[in-house]
Amino acid sequence: MTRGPGNSFGNTMNDRIGNMLKSIVATAALLGTVGFALPAQAAAQDGGTFAVQGATIHTVSDGVIEGGTIVIRDGRIIAVGNDVDIPADAEIIDGEGKHVFPGMIDSFSSLGLTETGAVAVTNDASELGRWNPHLNAHTAIHPASEHIPVARANGITHSMVAPGGGGRGFGGGGSGIQGQATLVHLDGWTVEEMEIEKTAAMVLGWPTLSTGFRAFAGFGPPSGGRSFRQAQERFDEQVAEIDEWFVAAQHYRQAVASGSDRVPRNIQLEHLSRVLDRGMKVIVRANGWREIESAIEFAEKWNLDLVIAGGNGAREIAATLAEKNIPVILGPVQRVPQGEDTAYDDPNTLPGALHDAGVEIAFATFNSSDSRTLPYEAANSVSWGLTKEAALEAVTLAPARVLGVDDRLGSLEVGKVGNLIVTDGDPLEITTQIEWVFIKGVPSDLDNKHRSLWEKYNNRPARRVTTTTT
Amino acid sequence: MRHPTRLKIGRVGAGCLALGLAFAIPNGATAQEQPILITGATILTVAEAGRIEDGAILFQNGRIVAVGPASEVEAPSDAMIIDGTGKYVTPGVIDAHSHIAADAINEGAVSVSSMVSIHDVIDPTDIAIYREVAGGTTTSHIMHGSANPIGGNNVVIKHRWGEDAQGLIFQGAPPTIKFALGENPKRAGSPTLPGQEARYPASRMGVMDVIRQAFIEAAEYKAEWDAYRARVADGDRDAIPPRRNLTMDPLVEVLEGTRYVHAHSYRADEILQLMRVAEEFGFRIHTFQHVLEGYRVADEMAEHGAHASTFSDWWAYKMEAYEAIPYNAAIMTQRGVNVSINSDSGEEGRHLTQEAAKTMKWGGLSEAEALATVTINPAIQLLIDERVGSLEAGKDADIVLWENYPLSSYAKVRTTFIEGEVMFDVDADMAMRAEIEAQKAELREMLGEADDEEDPDDERDPGRRPGGVR
Repeated sequence: MTRGPGNSFGNTMNDRIGNMLKSIVATAALLGTVGFALPAQAAAQDGGTFAVQGATIHTVSDGVIEGGTIVIRDGRIIAVGNDVDIPADAEIIDGEGKHVFPGMIDSFSSLGLTETGAVAVTNDASELGRWNPHLNAHTAIHPASEHIPVARANGITHSMVAPGGGGRGFGGGGSGIQGQATLVHLDGWTVEEMEIEKTAAMVLGWPTLSTGFRAFAGFGPPSGGRSFRQAQERFDEQVAEIDEWFVAAQHYRQAVASGSDRVPRNIQLEHLSRVLDRGMKVIVRANGWREIESAIEFAEKWNLDLVIAGGNGAREIAATLAEKNIPVILGPVQRVPQGEDTAYDDPNTLPGALHDAGVEIAFATFNSSDSRTLPYEAANSVSWGLTKEAALEAVTLAPARVLGVDDRLGSLEVGKVGNLIVTDGDPLEITTQIEWVFIKGVPSDLDNKHRSLWEKYNNRPARRVTTTTT
Repeated sequence: MRHPTRLKIGRVGAGCLALGLAFAIPNGATAQEQPILITGATILTVAEAGRIEDGAILFQNGRIVAVGPASEVEAPSDAMIIDGTGKYVTPGVIDAHSHIAADAINEGAVSVSSMVSIHDVIDPTDIAIYREVAGGTTTSHIMHGSANPIGGNNVVIKHRWGEDAQGLIFQGAPPTIKFALGENPKRAGSPTLPGQEARYPASRMGVMDVIRQAFIEAAEYKAEWDAYRARVADGDRDAIPPRRNLTMDPLVEVLEGTRYVHAHSYRADEILQLMRVAEEFGFRIHTFQHVLEGYRVADEMAEHGAHASTFSDWWAYKMEAYEAIPYNAAIMTQRGVNVSINSDSGEEGRHLTQEAAKTMKWGGLSEAEALATVTINPAIQLLIDERVGSLEAGKDADIVLWENYPLSSYAKVRTTFIEGEVMFDVDADMAMRAEIEAQKAELREMLGEADDEEDPDDERDPGRRPGGVR
């Protein structure tokens, strides 16, 4: 038995999933598209067996399989290839003309931490104070955020949700220790169901070496300003402040390890000390090459498992990053080049240049409402030197490696979690439609606020005005 | 005054564009004399001819001479021939909402700022002019901000990088004025400072009131002038003209239908109310800008005759954008509204065809409808469609030659022509970079010499770029 979006299908699968999928199909038939209302998590615990048959399968880890079949059972991929036995109880999606890819990973977002950028009360991405190593994004991720299903419907299945960012236009929290980031599946009734790694990394904002600033969003001429020497002094002071925290964390760890009962518990230092000796990934937000260089020096001093996020100026020290195996989370590519005399395509050529130099790159939106545009960030590098294959890898397997979860995520391999998308083409291309999203081995809900509003207003009847006044 | 960088583009551009053929753009030339033929390309005309495979386009003296199948377009013997095989040609992209190339955007001290104009603050040195040409944008509507219910007057420019402020202006484009509704004119995002008197209005009721009262005053002012002119026409030599009111003059033009209203708006209710206020005074809201909830009142907008200039997929950045949907352009188009996709940003203005492509994904517009949202539709909204917005004989030779399909996340511009003149070319840009690097090296050397003689306590910034344009 085969099915696809809009096709009817049989009832060999367990009733719960069957009923759910029937409602999918009924809705899809009604709307002429895939769209359904039941959260997929309903079926997650039941597992289930699914096969996409006869599709072009882009494994990312091991090339492209034409006319291939992929089977998911109880949440895991159990078979990928041309010669695959499909279990008798499998629900089959006809893959004819379809493409299967791993779900995409937004390596740095504020999904679930902010709802409406300009409405302060909806923002939980940034806390007061600059020293918050003990805070964790996990505690504030709102699983019912409208942003999550919007991202998911475009094939974004996972994200590292990080504190210190915010809605659109947010600068990113400035210099300091911003807290711990959480890696999540973008589906789940609760954050516990979404979690992959409760603590994926510690996020630091590196100071900016800046001699001036613009008053507002690039409008108008630069105002304020300081000499380079002053800027350097200010920068060094800020780095020293961060260093003091690491010294304190080290002392705290030593004190606790000594077994003394006179060490008062300090939750900030307790959490920060976990990053020492590469105990946890440290993601440092830094853009200029001097800032990145400073972060590398710092990481070496403290033996940190460093990842750079931002990385606009990484080109200048690409060789160092490659040699030291420091990955860079890049984005957005669709940004204005810094500096008036910077090449117009500098953001576009950067990913390819880093990749060619041997630097591991992963793309991120650093956003929430725009997380669905992740694939276009990658695509915008392709006409400027990054291969399509590398671009795809940089939103799937590379981020999984960068975040240390490539044993479970990022490619279509036997044994990995059943996270995949079924499309009518290249997911990095704007016009491609995402037809199925599987998260943790079950079909995920592609309905969202935007689709619902579209359906409602697209079906608005002819204008009716009843005169009730005289 | 010409910008020095532009002279370099002209020179280098000529060399690179020659593509092995003898061709030169004389420095300072404003009209293209040598005919240019692009042949073998896929031409998306956005006119009756539609999509022409293996097409050719001939242009001379800044105007399009012929467009059609390659076999039917003959090139004069002196024409420069560009092989467009595998490439695409579109009209120059038009951005109906931009804030680049201006030294100031908002006059926010008053609720009605119709006495001011962007015309007075054009900044021809803004590098965004060039960077957007590099993304295919050739014409932009530079708008006053949204701080007040009735804002300032706008100006339409062509991206003639290197011209002075006057030289950028799109001569003959009818005058427009900015209105603004909702959160921004309420100053919701800009709370009054302590001790500062709050500026009326602070509600959507007040916004409509400000507009209504302004037009009551404008109608009275107009009546005074009409009466005065009637007396003069009757030969009354003693008639005294009314005192000139620069705030009211543009509003009289609105009443007379010679200045066109572009109204910043988000929510459906305010869109509807503004149309009704305009109807009270007998004028039309020519184009709603942003109009993110236009999908809810598309029928009413079509009936009123309003156009819509919206974003592709931005949402949730403020409360009034929380119900924005990427299907907005499609719904409005399908209900008879002329829709454009705009940038409102020097970033987005560099890839508007990609934004247009999103209308194909979200709501299913055709290729022609999608491309129209960034070409002929904005031209109609700016009343310049006789001159630009499609590829037809007689129109301005504002032409983009693309390396690949423009309605794609992989889109890349090869060459952009404005009135037949090269404003951007990939190879010219690369050559220019080498020249800039050489100039920088020379300046550094000069600076180094100067440093040797410098007082060691001199606080001057050694990192500052000499020769900055701002």
